Amino acid sequence: MWAAAVLGIAAAILTPLVGKEIIDGPVAHGDQDALLPLGLLALALGVAEALLTFLRRWSQAAPVLGLETAIRDDLYRHLQRLPMRFHDEWQSGQLLSRATTDLSTIRRFLGFGVLFLVMNVLQLTTVTVVLLRMYWPLGLLVAGSAIPVIILSNRFEKRYIRISRQVQDEQGDLATFVEESALGVRTIKAFGRRRHVAATYDGLAGKVYRTSLEKVRLSSRFFTFLEVVPNVTLAMVLLLGALAVGGGWLTLGTLVAFTTLVLQLVWPVTSLGYILAMGQEAMTSADRVVEVLDTVPEIDGGAQVVAEPRGHLRFEGVGFRFPGAERPVLRDVWLEVEPGETIAIVGATGSGKTTLTALVPRLVDVTAGRVTVDGHDVRDLSLPSLRSVVATAFEEATLFSMSVRENLTLGRGDATDEEIRAALEIAQATFAYDLPWGLDTRIGEQGMSLSGGQRQRLALARAVLGRPRILVLDDTLSALDVETEALVEEALRAVLADATGLVVAHRASTVLLADRVALLQDGTITHVGRHADLLAEVPEYRALLAQDADLDQEEALR
Amino acid sequence: MSVEATGDGWRGVAAEEQDHLSDRVSLLLRTRSRRLLGDLLRPHRRGMALLVAIIVLSSAAGLAIPYLVAVGIDDGIPPMLRGGGPGTLFVIVAAVVAAALTQALTRQAFLRLSGRIGQDILLELRRRVFDHFQRLSLSFHEKYTSGRVISRLTSDVEAIAELLASGLDGLVTAVLTLVGTAAMLLLLDAHLAVVALLPLPLLLLFTRWFRRGSSVTYRRTRETVALVIVHFVESMTGIRAVQAFRREPRNQEIFERLNQDYRDANMRGMRLVAVFMPGVKLIGNVTVAAVLLYGGWLALHDAVTVGVLAAFLLYLRQFYEPMQEISQFYNTLQSASAALEKLSGVLEEEPAVAEPRHPAALPYAKGAVRFEAVEFAYPDGPPIIPALDLELPAGQTMAVVGTTGAGKTTLAKLISRFYDPVDGRVLLDGVDLRDLDEAALRRSVVMVTQENFLFSGTIAENIRFGRPDATDEEVVAAARAIGAHAFVAALPDGYDTQVGKRGGRMSAGQRQLVAFARAFLADPAVLILDEATSSLDVPSERLVQRALRTILADRTAVIIAHRLSTVEIADRVLVMEGGRVVEDGPPQRLIAGAGRFARLHRAWVESLA
Ligand SMILES: Nc1ncnc2c1ncn2[C@@H]1O[C@H](COP(=O)(O)OP(=O)(O)OP(=O)(O)O)[C@@H](O)[C@H]1O
Ligand SMILES: Nc1ncnc2c1ncn2[C@@H]1O[C@H](COP(=O)(O)OP(=O)(O)OP(=O)(O)O)[C@@H](O)[C@H]1O
Ligand SMILES: [Mg+2]
Ligand SMILES: [Mg+2]
Repeated sequence: MWAAAVLGIAAAILTPLVGKEIIDGPVAHGDQDALLPLGLLALALGVAEALLTFLRRWSQAAPVLGLETAIRDDLYRHLQRLPMRFHDEWQSGQLLSRATTDLSTIRRFLGFGVLFLVMNVLQLTTVTVVLLRMYWPLGLLVAGSAIPVIILSNRFEKRYIRISRQVQDEQGDLATFVEESALGVRTIKAFGRRRHVAATYDGLAGKVYRTSLEKVRLSSRFFTFLEVVPNVTLAMVLLLGALAVGGGWLTLGTLVAFTTLVLQLVWPVTSLGYILAMGQEAMTSADRVVEVLDTVPEIDGGAQVVAEPRGHLRFEGVGFRFPGAERPVLRDVWLEVEPGETIAIVGATGSGKTTLTALVPRLVDVTAGRVTVDGHDVRDLSLPSLRSVVATAFEEATLFSMSVRENLTLGRGDATDEEIRAALEIAQATFAYDLPWGLDTRIGEQGMSLSGGQRQRLALARAVLGRPRILVLDDTLSALDVETEALVEEALRAVLADATGLVVAHRASTVLLADRVALLQDGTITHVGRHADLLAEVPEYRALLAQDADLDQEEALR
Repeated sequence: MSVEATGDGWRGVAAEEQDHLSDRVSLLLRTRSRRLLGDLLRPHRRGMALLVAIIVLSSAAGLAIPYLVAVGIDDGIPPMLRGGGPGTLFVIVAAVVAAALTQALTRQAFLRLSGRIGQDILLELRRRVFDHFQRLSLSFHEKYTSGRVISRLTSDVEAIAELLASGLDGLVTAVLTLVGTAAMLLLLDAHLAVVALLPLPLLLLFTRWFRRGSSVTYRRTRETVALVIVHFVESMTGIRAVQAFRREPRNQEIFERLNQDYRDANMRGMRLVAVFMPGVKLIGNVTVAAVLLYGGWLALHDAVTVGVLAAFLLYLRQFYEPMQEISQFYNTLQSASAALEKLSGVLEEEPAVAEPRHPAALPYAKGAVRFEAVEFAYPDGPPIIPALDLELPAGQTMAVVGTTGAGKTTLAKLISRFYDPVDGRVLLDGVDLRDLDEAALRRSVVMVTQENFLFSGTIAENIRFGRPDATDEEVVAAARAIGAHAFVAALPDGYDTQVGKRGGRMSAGQRQLVAFARAFLADPAVLILDEATSSLDVPSERLVQRALRTILADRTAVIIAHRLSTVEIADRVLVMEGGRVVEDGPPQRLIAGAGRFARLHRAWVESLA
């Protein structure tokens, strides 16, 4: 590729020389025989130049694109490994702009910029060297003109880096906002806030607009400067050169050659601006990408695997605090769930039930104590092993715009049709077979073309598919009507009979699925016992679950 | 389905996934993109004219410099050699400096002005497309997915940004040089000029070939990058399930395949350019060689002078050099056109739920809702609501119950006009919803959806979404009214707590409370609650219910709930089954009867045990 580039440029430089040769040679001397070979040479050079350019362009496509593609694959792989904590903080718009815009900026620089930068610098140095040898005082003048260029380039670079980073970040914010307003379009419509949202978008787009303009102004100043320097140098060369000729230190012919060469410097210097700007942008883009790639996945699997999982789950003095939060959400939680046992977790809204369940498949990690599965600290288990033991039905269905089948099997592409049917039957979700294309029906983004209860049942079916040893149900019956709920509970009972269950519940009916109940209060488990016993003995528990509880008593508890 | 099969198959975003289009369709699409481009450029006609003027001046100054240097050498130095003063030389050097400064200043003016125009156009385009997306109905968004929306508003807009940033500059300069040089060539020697310009038709043919190839390729690039984005966004949005269910390897496989497709499309694009640009160069170089030979031969036979030949060759190079720039411009233009095609397609989509041309006046809604023989089916779906007549007097609180998938949410969505009925009409205070403008409708009808979406920002901002001009006190009052104040006040930052993206830092119940407060603050005449308390614990739910008694006293309400405790506060219960109303009446009467609701209620009471 580089060879093709260099040879191509050489051919481009040689062609005009041949023209000169023809005019000075055959034409001037009336030498008809020499015309044809020289003309053919010019033709050959022209063809060669085109061919070499072609070769360079053609051959550079694969490596440059290959690099971009590889980085994007890596980025995606890395993002999939990064824990929930990272994803809670990072908007996908920002991640996306790194995976698309930034990577193509880098690609463009590598595919075009680098080559030109090297060629430009090469051309600049060779010409300057030639000039120095031709007549060193003037050559020095030309070389000296590089000094302001270098100083200013440096200053420009610093500011340009800052500003192009700002533009890129703001574009990421803009993408984030676009994403949010697309995902939240129902809410926006429900409140008729189209204009309000558009105004916010305008604000963000306006920011990008202003920063981009600032960038344009900055670069326009720099580019212009780069254009003035060689031209003014030229004027100086002409002036001083003429004086030198007048003084007899320089021949006129040399001066002509000299100025012609200086003229050749104008374009490389001018275009340096564009290329440097491009390079800067590629650098900040690379920074942004590396920022993500360098984030260490703090949740990384251990080496152990549970060979024959029994589903013995223990929370040992578990504490959890969200990063930056003052108070821990969970503290000193002790809970033992025997294999095959089902425990219901009951607690007020926001008491930390979901957080507790997320600790088991290590979607988040404990900040104190440990969680064990069959005696292994979950942090010592490999993630695939752990996560094949534990399956969760989340409180939000979390579906994808894929077919029902893909949504159900997600990580288990090997699930058989019978297993799928069994799971759908447990979750009372056989409606899926009646969809227009059966299990192959695409269910819209986040399952939006299904009813709320249908979504929830699919999520449940997904969790029970393949009968995991530990089943976590996070309030997964909330969107079901009483009758369906009863049917699901009936079926779940059979599943939970031999699996270990952790069932988050707000309703007494769901609690009844469990053998024992744990009451979560103030971030810790205060009572564990049978539903009836707790109901009788613990007033707080009664307040949380009994429909007829005295309202004033609840008030007192808040 | 092929684009040809349906007459209007190319309209809107329909042609997005088509790889190969017939000539007729691609012509239509091209005209559509051109129209959009014209639309965007039109307000900047003056600026563009000014730009061209500036660039002419700038090029003139730029071209003057070598000329002045030559003059300086020819006319400035000889007098000095003859012992004269350097006067002429000084004048000429001053002229060079002046030309250089002129060029610099005009150049700067050009860069700034063109930068501004470019950014203006981008801003306008962003606004337009964003606003249009928000205008389009839910049925559109369900199919189109957020990933596509994002890809239109990011990568497509960027493709156009590139055209605006680099396009004009190169094009104008190139065209100027081209035209100027062609004139010079003709002036110098018409005979030779004809030879020199002979390959132009060939060039045109070649360009045509490139346009055909590149329009397919660049469409493909846009489409494949959109797929990459869609998959990326969706897997990041659902990362919780991805990780918990070990979907990563499969996702990686899919992503790499899509990424590969994108790479292949890009590769095809780069290879096309790799043929096109050197091809143009080849034509130019061969022409130069031919002129050299032919001109040399002519010169030998004294048909042209050596001087003319030399000048001719110089200019000829100048003629074919800008061709590179033009082809570069053409390349960016093609890539931008593919993006414009997608964007203009989006802009062409008509909202299925359209705003009325002549909106009916409804300054103050009382809140009486009526369904008249309403039939409804989701696009391309089976009928969900076969035929529904329903009268909901102002001020009534109606509970809607029924098995999941019965069509309760659908009913609610019809009242809030997320969709229009296929047949029949929905009326608010006797006015067809289709005749109400958006503002009036949303002022009167607000729905708390089953999936309570929070925007990133603070709790206060999210509640205020219900009424952007509400004061802090009103925000707190709304939260207090529905029992959310206690938990918010307990947070370290109170109402200024960041809820995180999509409300991720709140628990499910807390999200629901915030969403509820948001709806309450909006204070509509008709309030629709779609399972708005399903994730709450019993005490919080009770609190909400108690609040509802006062909140709903003076407004129409539709409450969808599975927990029948909510139903107790209703004046009336509607039991739905398969899109039909199977029971309708006051709760006490229905409970006392022997119908569906009585059974449901019994089951529910038992479940409370
Ligand atoms: N990412 C986060 N950063 C900071 N705080 C958080 C985050 N996620 C949750 N919280 C807080 O932690 C607490 C526990 O949340 P969690 O979701 O576990 O509650 P929950 O018991 O599941 O409630 P619910 O019944 O409403 O689902 C809540 O007060 C919530 O505000
Ligand atoms: N956007 C959509 N596109 C196509 N079909 C849909 C869409 N939304 C709902 N449906 C279908 O319409 C039917 C009724 O759905 P709806 O959401 O009205 O049920 P629902 O009574 O609210 O149920 P749930 O209690 O589960 O929320 C369901 O069969 C569902 O699959
Ligand atoms: Mg929860
Ligand atoms: Mg519903």
